[in-house]
Amino acid sequence: MSFVKLTASALTIAAATATAATARDQVQVAGSSTVLPYASIVAEAFGENFDFPTPVVESGGSSAGLKRFCEGVGENTIDVANASRRIKAKELAACADAGVTDIIEVRIGYDGIVFASDIKGNAFEFTPTDWFLALSNEIMVDGKMVANPNKTWADVNPAFPAQDIQAFIPGTKHGTREVFEDKVILAGCEATGAFEHLLAHAEGDSAKAQKKAAEKACISLRTDGVSVDIDGDYTETLARIESNKDGIGVFGLAFYENNTDKLQVATMSGIVPSTESIATGEYPVSRPLFFYVKKAHIGVIPGLKEYAEFFIADEVAGADGPLSEYGLVADPELNMTQEAVANETTMGGNS
Amino acid sequence: MTDLSSSPTQPAAPENSLLTLNKRTKARNAAERRFKAYGIAAISVGLIMLLVLVTTIVSRGTGAFQQTFVTLNVELLESKLDKSGQRNIEDIKKVTTFGYAPIVKSAMKETVNGLGLQTGLKSKELAGLLSKSAVAQLRAFVLANPEQIGKTVEFRFLAQSRVDGYLKGRVTRESIENDKNISPEQLDLVDALVAAGVIEKSFNLDFILGSDASDQRPEAAGMGVSMMGSLFMMLVVLALALPIGVAASIYLEEFAPKNWMTDVIEVNIANLAAVPSIVYGILGLAVFINYRHLPMSAPLVGGLVLTLMTLPTIIISTRASLKAVPPSIRDAALGVGASKMQSVFHHVLPLAAPGNLTGTIIGLAQALGETAPLLLIGMVGFIASNAPETLSEGLLSPNSAMPAQIYEWAKRADPAFYERAWGGIIILLLFLVTMNTVAVILRRRFERRW
Repeated sequence: MSFVKLTASALTIAAATATAATARDQVQVAGSSTVLPYASIVAEAFGENFDFPTPVVESGGSSAGLKRFCEGVGENTIDVANASRRIKAKELAACADAGVTDIIEVRIGYDGIVFASDIKGNAFEFTPTDWFLALSNEIMVDGKMVANPNKTWADVNPAFPAQDIQAFIPGTKHGTREVFEDKVILAGCEATGAFEHLLAHAEGDSAKAQKKAAEKACISLRTDGVSVDIDGDYTETLARIESNKDGIGVFGLAFYENNTDKLQVATMSGIVPSTESIATGEYPVSRPLFFYVKKAHIGVIPGLKEYAEFFIADEVAGADGPLSEYGLVADPELNMTQEAVANETTMGGNS
Repeated sequence: MTDLSSSPTQPAAPENSLLTLNKRTKARNAAERRFKAYGIAAISVGLIMLLVLVTTIVSRGTGAFQQTFVTLNVELLESKLDKSGQRNIEDIKKVTTFGYAPIVKSAMKETVNGLGLQTGLKSKELAGLLSKSAVAQLRAFVLANPEQIGKTVEFRFLAQSRVDGYLKGRVTRESIENDKNISPEQLDLVDALVAAGVIEKSFNLDFILGSDASDQRPEAAGMGVSMMGSLFMMLVVLALALPIGVAASIYLEEFAPKNWMTDVIEVNIANLAAVPSIVYGILGLAVFINYRHLPMSAPLVGGLVLTLMTLPTIIISTRASLKAVPPSIRDAALGVGASKMQSVFHHVLPLAAPGNLTGTIIGLAQALGETAPLLLIGMVGFIASNAPETLSEGLLSPNSAMPAQIYEWAKRADPAFYERAWGGIIILLLFLVTMNTVAVILRRRFERRW
């Protein structure tokens, strides 16, 4: 083939396919890496049981997913954002600015966050106070806030072995980080009395602003290398623990249950994490998982509503479904969510 | 300076002799020997590293090419699969994969009972030995062959990843102590079923040809569809980067006047070759997806992005091979009356073709192994589509690529995916080695030296 012909035909193909690229026929999902396994299980079963193509599920973290979700409405934006936390008011505002107004919030169930260390290492029985004393930037000593002096776990709690503190916690783009801050660090901050002290000395015009400042001071973590942010997935945390046997990592319950040969789980406030103890609410560090659907895309992207309904169907997200087999704690109010999705109820109550 | 009168009686030995080595020569020779030793040491370190890398990859990855299968006779009950008995495909479709679970359970139970094995396991635990893909396999078979409903058919199902790991030695009775997915009693039964020949390990073609599978069924995941994704991307790269790159380098090398503008272009091409590939991904997202509205996750977009990335490599290597053609060839062609274009296309380009092809293949190999730019255009994720059937489907329907698939597997929770990631690396390396070998052979066979 002559050179000129080759070039011409290649350019024609490119131009033709570029114009032919119109309707997208598969659902596009992105977001939390905690929700990813559940979403991929559902996507696979959806592709098998329906005539629609298998949805594409990307990960990258709740914040990254919601950011892409809020980029606008149209086929070049994603239809569903997975999140391991509730969408924030700031994100809703960003969504609204880009024209994404009608959003359906779907709660799929609950997930526990566990603290695990190398299987051959020491066993731990944590309380939120221990974590606050180990990781906070400033702790209260003799009624004053001082830079965190703790080096080993024995410094934190005399009952613990003298093992260096080394924590691998999720980075700020993960929704898991927020739960860790709220349910562990902040709880520990309040339990040690540091919160009250910070609140009394907080700057701010209103009581609300003062509370916010105190909370912010509570959850600011030390930056001297003792606490390491992991921006990747749990596999990265696991790899860090394998190379540093002193490390203690934050994992999702489902991830831990798949790697019981390498990790041992620590109790929190005396409770062993399991789907049962999370379902009863005894295990304190759990959070709901969500996905968000653009209502404007329903009817435009084929299979979007069917995917959302299938995700929370009893046989999928219910107590005996494949999701709870993998580690999701089934939502006792699943039927209300099913109803809301069937009616396409958007956030803010209007359908 | 030597003072001749200081020792008149004893004639000094000559300072430099060709026969005896003086100190300086010895030092120089020693330096040379040392340098050779450094060189050999450097090469040995490199070779040892390569050896370690290859043995790690092969030892960890070969397991993925074998898989544990369970052979069962399944009675396709009409009462469960087609209640109306009309063999109406729409009615049969209404039974979801969840409806097939009891059939798989009872088949497993009957097989165990039929062999006379004693076990205290419940039927749910019995079926737990099988992959979760069994129900999907069964449903796909029934939908394709509805006339088989009511009959008993032999199926070869995949075993669960833990069972597979047990047969491969990855999972041991000690390692499953805290594992909720499998119990020692189940492993006892596996031992008995292996002895009975129901469970066996064999070559798994689906790993090479199949598509990705969800986190619950690592045993069913395969590279095939992502391989197709890579293939279509390479087609786009070849169709665009080769003609554009060759045309650009011919113009720059043969026709363009040498002035500051061509100098600027030249410097920029060299710079572009060194730009991190993720930058091309960002560009691709902004231009092709957000501005041109091309579909997300499509190999066409991936190919376009990789084209941008490969172009500088191709231009640089093509220009080098054009430069290597001696001016006498051009002069001779011009001398017998050929036009400038005829001299280039009839004489210079054919002589430069081997170098040009080598550069293209190496550029393609580089593009084949690239993950970072694909991250931003949605080609990294759970993309379990079926193998594309037409050219446009291959270019436009969502797909992954081989390196992206490997990255995706390496992130997943179940250790069985880790083995598959290594297996995927073997496949990818085979492709890369083949492409580079072809490049070397082409160069050896057709290259001319002047």
